Amino acid sequence: MTTQSTIEKNQKLLLEKKASMRELVDAYLKTIQKYDGVLNSFITVNNEISLKKADLVDKLLSKNDKVSILSKLPLLGTVVSYKDLFLTKGIRTTAASKVLESFVPQYSATVVDKLENAGCINIGKTNCDAWAHGSSGENSDYGVTKNPWGVEYVPGGSSSGSAVSVSANMCTVSLGTDTCGSIRLPANYTYTYGLKPTYGAVSRYGVIAMASSLDCIGHFSKTAADIKKVFEITKGRDLKDATLDEKSYNKKLTNMVIGVPDEFFQNGLSDEVSLNIKKAISLFEKNGVKFNKINLPHTKYGISVYYIIQPAEVSSNLSRYDGIRYGKGRDAFSEEAKRRIMLGTYVLSSGYYDAYYLKAMKVRSVIIREIDQAFKSCDAIIAPVSTTPPFKLGEKISDPLKMYLTDIYAATANLAGIPSLAIPFGFTNDGMPLGFQIMGPRYSENLLFHLAENFEAYSNYTIKNPDIYNL
Amino acid sequence: MKKYNYVPVIGLEVHIELSTKRKMFCDCSSEHFQIKPNTNVCPICLGLPGALPYPNKEAVKKCIKFGISFNCMINKFSKFDRKHYFYPDLSKGYQISQYDIPFCEGGHWKSSVNSVFRIKRIHLEEDTGKIQHRKIGSEYFSLIDFNRSGVPLMELVTEPDFSNINDVLDFVKDVQLASRYLEVSNADMEKGSMRLEANISLRKEETGKRDQMKRLPDYKVELKNINSFRFLRSALEAEIKRQTDILKMGDKVIQETRGYNEKTHQTYSQRSKEEAKDYRYFPEPDIPPILHQSKEIDIIKTDIPEMPWMKRQRYKKDIGLKDEYTEIFLKDRKRSAYFEQILLLNKNSGLDLSYIADQIVNKNLDLKYQSPQKLLNALSVEKNKTYASSKEIKNAADSVLKENTKAIEDLKNGKIQILGYLIGSIQKKLNGKGNINEIRRYIENALMEN
Repeated sequence: MTTQSTIEKNQKLLLEKKASMRELVDAYLKTIQKYDGVLNSFITVNNEISLKKADLVDKLLSKNDKVSILSKLPLLGTVVSYKDLFLTKGIRTTAASKVLESFVPQYSATVVDKLENAGCINIGKTNCDAWAHGSSGENSDYGVTKNPWGVEYVPGGSSSGSAVSVSANMCTVSLGTDTCGSIRLPANYTYTYGLKPTYGAVSRYGVIAMASSLDCIGHFSKTAADIKKVFEITKGRDLKDATLDEKSYNKKLTNMVIGVPDEFFQNGLSDEVSLNIKKAISLFEKNGVKFNKINLPHTKYGISVYYIIQPAEVSSNLSRYDGIRYGKGRDAFSEEAKRRIMLGTYVLSSGYYDAYYLKAMKVRSVIIREIDQAFKSCDAIIAPVSTTPPFKLGEKISDPLKMYLTDIYAATANLAGIPSLAIPFGFTNDGMPLGFQIMGPRYSENLLFHLAENFEAYSNYTIKNPDIYNL
Repeated sequence: MKKYNYVPVIGLEVHIELSTKRKMFCDCSSEHFQIKPNTNVCPICLGLPGALPYPNKEAVKKCIKFGISFNCMINKFSKFDRKHYFYPDLSKGYQISQYDIPFCEGGHWKSSVNSVFRIKRIHLEEDTGKIQHRKIGSEYFSLIDFNRSGVPLMELVTEPDFSNINDVLDFVKDVQLASRYLEVSNADMEKGSMRLEANISLRKEETGKRDQMKRLPDYKVELKNINSFRFLRSALEAEIKRQTDILKMGDKVIQETRGYNEKTHQTYSQRSKEEAKDYRYFPEPDIPPILHQSKEIDIIKTDIPEMPWMKRQRYKKDIGLKDEYTEIFLKDRKRSAYFEQILLLNKNSGLDLSYIADQIVNKNLDLKYQSPQKLLNALSVEKNKTYASSKEIKNAADSVLKENTKAIEDLKNGKIQILGYLIGSIQKKLNGKGNINEIRRYIENALMEN
């Protein structure tokens, strides 16, 4: 049996009794067993736990009719993997760092509980850049994750394993975190959808923090519909994350205007990426969506602002791993974590705080105002996800600054707290995935889903699978 | 060399654990005194990976209430900040506290002679865990108890306006009373729910300027580990003497943190300025800023009772009560409430309030008469009683003594309880109108004459 790519397909198999949940999970486990040796997208695979849970679902299936099972388990049949930053009770959670090598959580993240209650089955914990520090998936203490579309390429990071596990059909959907493109970039590099929701839309409780004011909990899938289905479950208040809010987007989804920021289509953007987005724009235009040139002059400072605020918060968030309680000392941190702890400690020190952190926060406010202003003249904003298509393993790893610049188009959404959806579209001449991102005002996820679903129709989108059989 | 007189410059930091049901940022019970270690804990107060703080509104309200009662300005925009340092009892490597925008700022407290002492700020933070060093078998262990971790802790900081120890003591006692009146904390020093720190330095005596305008010394010594009001007094005395001796020698006092040794009655050096910490404060990103409308603050205001210093003035001005009695009533809220009822009920009885207070304080009549009205009735009866004359007493007593010669012998031989019997018999003859003290005196005299 080959693994299916969408929630809908799995549900159909189950409800028509063409497969049991155990058979589905077993098929995913076999796919992992077969291909993950090369791809290395999992740190922990839940062989037994997932099958046990599948049996429970099968029992429920035998006792309930179609309507009642779907009302109890709206995500019935969904096999999910979690970036190894999500706490899973009783299942080791490492953050891809040796520091937490033997950490088995006492509790599960809110999102994990919510998905479990909705019928999802946790198939395993995915590899990522340690502590989510990185853009390529190469910073893991558990080995590099490889791109299933070309194993000499990076899959993008930091949620590298999550993107790859979805792309290579080792699960139906995967949960990741996006602090500065960590979902959208790997989605873009693996031909999957990746949602970075509004800051405050999805609970961060129980997800190991990288930079608390920027971290967003999002997910990967192979269709816009699945992105939406999962978000319907993960969003909303939990009385554990004080930064959560529940707001709805009430603007009508007709006569839409999408802004094209001048600044995002200038020097540094590869022709292949740029031309591909222009193709997408013309597909939208053919179907009546209007495009408007807009200016976001301060977003060019985004990455600088990000590399002050983020290390500051990282240095603070990592200070609980002080060597007393988690088995490993601070010397177990890898180079990149140490680099960020040093940077963050420096920008927060007395005498430097005003010049760095405070100033960065002020510029962040300017960027937020600029984005809010921009949404007065357009409903959404289109942008590249990355300057280039997937790059080769090892190409940037020795030059941290070059690596940091990979996220130049990602920073805006995180700094402004707005949602952004990475949409797969097109391939390079070498057959590597391409795509773009669409950003909307805060809490406008519905607008993004609407645009993405329409675009699937405009572009005759079909699910494409990497040729992993050649691995 | 010119000799100067030195005047102490003292500022205080008071930590008070709030008596909220739950901890500051989680749902754990805030009980931690004599509770089995690590039983009131959860991922949040243990600082486990992924856990997030969720602020306790009750604690915020209590802090604001406390601030209003000390005449503070309440910041309508406030926030929490992270204060970083490493210590095994600090579960996250930082303490959630308030840095530049505390809930309450710029208040004051007035002493009983109306001297004003400024309060700089009152903010809210979380308490830390506790470390216990123990020998188990032949090995030494340092154990951490996180029951106290995350308990709401309020910190009050004064300006360095105190120059004598009595004012300091009066102030900290009023802070304790205020905590109890407002029901924000029991502020028990022994349980550690109220903790004191003092900053102290000496300046040369200047005349003319108001205290607050005078220049501050270029150093200060922080006194820590003070566990009672008594120790606060002796620690301050010891430290003032130590600093005076240094300055009189023409030397400089080192800026440092000092502890107080209860046995030697001396302060000792703990940490010098060179090791001062950089706490790398920044706004807590996990908690949005906390906003308050004027309306909400007004509602909290209506919840504030008469504060001890107000009551003190009222007792003094309106009643003319002895200071000693006033302080007894202020401290004992049950007695104070009893006395307040007396004040209401006594409007018509015409009894002197100082007299009633005396009866309550010295004879514990409030314990004898549970109802204040009954006490007033009893005191009125006592006051309006017409006593038997000395002659009547003499007649009655003589006849009783004559009838009881055997009993008198027993009394002389030490059967002291006979006295009560005799007094009772005489009272009976007088229909209860005799003054007992007078009767007793008469019997004693009669016995001595025999």
